[in-house]
Amino acid sequence: MTAVIETPVVPVAAGPGRRTRVLRRLRRNPLAVASLVVLVIAVLAAVLAPWLAPYGPAETDFSNTLAPPGTPGHVLGTDDLGRDVLSRIMYGARASLLVGVLAVTVAMLVGVPLGLIGGYFRRADAVIGRLTDLMLAFPFLIMAVGLAAIRGASLGNAAIAIGVSQVPGVVRVVRSDTLRLKSLDFVAAAVVDGAGDTWVLARHVLPNATSAILVQATVAIPIAILGEAVLSFLGLGIQPPAPSLGTMLAAAQQFAAEAPWAAVMPGLAIMLLALAFNVFGDALRDALDPKGNR
Amino acid sequence: MRRYLLHRGWQSAVTLILATVVVFIGVRALPGDPALALAGEDRSPAAVEAIRHHYGLDQPIWVQFGRFVANAIQGDFGRSIRTGVPVSSMLRTALPVTVELALLAILLATLLGVGAGVLAAVRRGKPSEWLANAMALIGLSVPHFWLGLLAILYLCVGAGLFPASGFVPLREDPIDNLYHLVLPTVILGTGLAAVIMRQTRSAMLDSLSADYVRTARAKGLRPRTVTGRHALRNSLIVVITIVGLQLGGLISGAVVTEQIFGLPGFGKMTIDAVFQRDYPVIQAVVLITAAAYIGINFVVDLLYSVVDPRIRVAGEAS
Repeated sequence: MTAVIETPVVPVAAGPGRRTRVLRRLRRNPLAVASLVVLVIAVLAAVLAPWLAPYGPAETDFSNTLAPPGTPGHVLGTDDLGRDVLSRIMYGARASLLVGVLAVTVAMLVGVPLGLIGGYFRRADAVIGRLTDLMLAFPFLIMAVGLAAIRGASLGNAAIAIGVSQVPGVVRVVRSDTLRLKSLDFVAAAVVDGAGDTWVLARHVLPNATSAILVQATVAIPIAILGEAVLSFLGLGIQPPAPSLGTMLAAAQQFAAEAPWAAVMPGLAIMLLALAFNVFGDALRDALDPKGNR
Repeated sequence: MRRYLLHRGWQSAVTLILATVVVFIGVRALPGDPALALAGEDRSPAAVEAIRHHYGLDQPIWVQFGRFVANAIQGDFGRSIRTGVPVSSMLRTALPVTVELALLAILLATLLGVGAGVLAAVRRGKPSEWLANAMALIGLSVPHFWLGLLAILYLCVGAGLFPASGFVPLREDPIDNLYHLVLPTVILGTGLAAVIMRQTRSAMLDSLSADYVRTARAKGLRPRTVTGRHALRNSLIVVITIVGLQLGGLISGAVVTEQIFGLPGFGKMTIDAVFQRDYPVIQAVVLITAAAYIGINFVVDLLYSVVDPRIRVAGEAS
């Protein structure tokens, strides 16, 4: 049945012309380039932390506790146990990115199909609407509290709580794009050609919704990174001694008066990471906007 | 209007029922047998059985659910496992703190966010737009609990400008009460302000390019009148919904802010309960948050439809 369909798979968008236009717009935006550079450096530093970091994340040096930034061998100083702040930030960023990617994966795996179905089938829409309302009624922190009570606090639970709380946003974006695409001629043509619902959704609607999904993902990752920091700070996420930017801040509260750098640096790292994602997300949305100049 | 109201009311009721079922199932999924835990030292089968019977744990699951709902409606959430204090009386002292903090934060966020959003939209291409946009991006990216830590470190402990922790009830001393809430409000409010600013800006840009604004300009109204009376008023509709949608973030933010500044509110109660495994408190906290979210968003939707008649019509059509 699928062989008879001769409508082009992606008729309106995502052709090579559009892709080069988007890339050209991104290249011409200095903020986009700068944020991308920061992201590449941050991701490399985090992923390659075991090889690049000067020390291990739990390596203590009791002869060198609370060393200020600039101390030879400890560029960003050390904490109360003499652990190197820079190394711990690199390992912590690893955890942040991991939770960010996991959470957004959860949000996409659940949200994209629900959004497609909700936008395409009127009957399912009401059910999916109640489901997303239900998810919204449990803010991520409260969901994390519940999960921690039932299953204990962990990185995985943090990622699930953050991911589920992002599902409604993904559903909303995908649903409205599906509604818009459904009314376009090429989808109607495919239906007339005898294409089944699954085929239409997978080959015609989904590919044309990718740019909206992409933008939503770049918005969701920094929120997830901030969420992980909050949960780990409160003790509901990654558990010490595993390095996380949130647990570093929680620990630094105890000795912040003597070693403010231990409280300042991890926070700056979180901010830089989230800021780079947000700036890049803005630039990407502008570049993808067909109207262009906003 | 009435049909719209009924429709939204029905939707909210369904969501609330589903949320209650989720919490009920969550409580059943807790590790350990509650009857065993309550029995304490005396774990003879007869004693455990008596407890099971006393708390209705031997009843069919839907009877247990009915009792759970009936108790919750009456505000009876049991007693704290740790202190034996009824959860309802814990809530009575904790909730006002959080509600006051949240209202102050919303007030600050709206003033800052709408102001900066209008400024950025009106002064397109000028340094003030750039500055407002940059501040909003930083506001979206900064971990606010970290700002709270720094504020305590430098403004409270370092400079001694504000109290680092503690709370004075509004009734005892309103001035001291506000003084204790200045920093928490700023920390919680600025995060929300960033979101409101960005939404206001884009709504203002939309309405500033709309036909009715061009008409208003063409008939010779002063720019200030056009911006304020025509463009802003239509953009405010967007702001109302944002506050409703951001309520979840506000609740999460309040929990962290209270934890940092040692405010004896709903959030601190929540976190304490998690670490003490105080299940009745956790159950109440989760259920009340969900009910509050659903209830407030229902009210927001009603307000929204009062402000904008188009919503009512669209709601009736669907």
